[in-house]
Amino acid sequence: MMVEMNTWFGIQQLYADYASAVDSGQWDLWPEFFTEQCVYKLQPRENFERGFPLCTLSLTSKGMLKDRVYGIKETLYHDPYYQRHVVGAPMVRKVEGGCIHSEANYAVFRTKYDKESTVFNVGRYIDTIVQTPEGFKFAERLCVYDSEMIPNSIIYPI
Amino acid sequence: MTEQPIHWETEGTSRVPFAVYTDEDRHKKELERFFYKSHWSYVGLEAEIPNPGDFKRTVVGERSVIMTRGNDGQIHVVENVCAHRGMQFCRERHGNKKEFVCPYHQWSYSLKGDLQGVPFRRGVRQDGKVNGGMPADFDPKDHGLTPLRVATRGGVVFASFDHAVESLEDYMGPTILKYFDRLFNGRKLVVLGYNRQRIPGNWKLMQENIKDPYHPGLLHTWFVTFGLWRADNKSELRMDAHHRHAAMVSTRGSAGQATGQASQVTQVSSFKESMQLNDPSFLDIVPEGWWQMEDKMPTAVMMTLFPSVIFQQQVNSVSTRHIQPDGHGAFDFVWTHFGFEDDTPEMTERRLRQSNLFGPAGFVSADDGEVIEFSQQAFETKPEHRMLVELGGRDVGETDHMVTETLIRGMYEYWRKVMEA
Repeated sequence: MMVEMNTWFGIQQLYADYASAVDSGQWDLWPEFFTEQCVYKLQPRENFERGFPLCTLSLTSKGMLKDRVYGIKETLYHDPYYQRHVVGAPMVRKVEGGCIHSEANYAVFRTKYDKESTVFNVGRYIDTIVQTPEGFKFAERLCVYDSEMIPNSIIYPI
Repeated sequence: MTEQPIHWETEGTSRVPFAVYTDEDRHKKELERFFYKSHWSYVGLEAEIPNPGDFKRTVVGERSVIMTRGNDGQIHVVENVCAHRGMQFCRERHGNKKEFVCPYHQWSYSLKGDLQGVPFRRGVRQDGKVNGGMPADFDPKDHGLTPLRVATRGGVVFASFDHAVESLEDYMGPTILKYFDRLFNGRKLVVLGYNRQRIPGNWKLMQENIKDPYHPGLLHTWFVTFGLWRADNKSELRMDAHHRHAAMVSTRGSAGQATGQASQVTQVSSFKESMQLNDPSFLDIVPEGWWQMEDKMPTAVMMTLFPSVIFQQQVNSVSTRHIQPDGHGAFDFVWTHFGFEDDTPEMTERRLRQSNLFGPAGFVSADDGEVIEFSQQAFETKPEHRMLVELGGRDVGETDHMVTETLIRGMYEYWRKVMEA
């Protein structure tokens, strides 16, 4: 559907900034893209399409996102890696009650130190975006991924 | 087979040679002896195929199998190999069908695997003569899909290629059966969904991970900090008579989050005294009636059923974890989270929230896959070496504490018995 040019640019910018942040290694940036009562879910496409509620990660407040960041930085032992998001053009599905419902395809490449880059996680963002005094934020970001067989583990935010 | 001999440094199994993880021929022998003969393998939950015609494709060892529910409601497990040219014809992961048809030459099978139709079986009539056809003595009864023996208990389905295998109950043994029946006590299960991960390490390492009560309170910061699994929790380690299966039973300290800073368990570097959750609802734990066992109320029971599955209860989060080997150096690990038919919506929410701790991105499980990968990397570089599994001694026996690696020694005692026979 058509939205105003300003809105369109705002959504584009939000997606680009998000990708840049989660690829930067500065994990504290990540929760700031969300509202306080946000929902962030990382879900295999199989569960999404069959109506199973289980997610690989299901965080239902900004506090939980911050707890995840603490986990990444302090508690989850893992092989460090770079990640690189490539996000497709947003598709605005509808605008309703101040919420923008938008989707975009994404691909995340993983590069472990001294190893080749590999396709790590590909899927689709299904988002609810709201306008706040600090600009556009995600009220909800659902990452539905095709890459159901996870190459060992997912540590960093998609 | 040109299996390289293994050198065990000592009498028992407290020094496990790296070579048990690195040899492809030995791996094939393991598949033969543990997955295809004399053992039961996990294939799924009845709740995954509630209706006649429902099916789920899965594996026993490395062989593709299909779990189906027949028109009479019976559960069957058949090998996904067409009797004709051997094709793995079933490609869907789940679904509902009236019959199975191999697209290659349209051989069709009933839901229990009986061969029903063979195109051109009696030849093709052309110009008054019959061309081809199967030999006159061809009997469809001899050419069904390979059926596996099936056992179900408490809504869980097991299968075996070995029709002479002992009963599932004897296979588990009374000790493990008691813990199995506690979790699967007859209530209908509700599937909450799946997580899948491919771990580049030998499949036995995952069995060992859940027979190793030493690591959770050290590797997993969350466990030690919030008291979910700590060396000073009240605990028991139980095994079947063959020492192949085990249950690690732990009861969270009443204090919850650790406060005894002076005690040894909080001296470890992974204990984060200052760690506070921004959102404590991750740990919104509500005890359930079924946890009760005699006078005990375990908050965690981790069961390993050798060789194929782990049954998890970690507070309110319950799941099955299916080990699916793929060569000696990798396995797929499939998590099925579930709940029970009488769960309130709040309890379902709670199980889902706590599932953030588990699975391929889980706060306390993601690193298990990582350590397995890095172990396998080392094994491959020096298979002549061995690991040390001597915490709590060099022998095998049940304990009422978790400062021991006895369950791993027990598993290798069984492994040696079967593999060296």
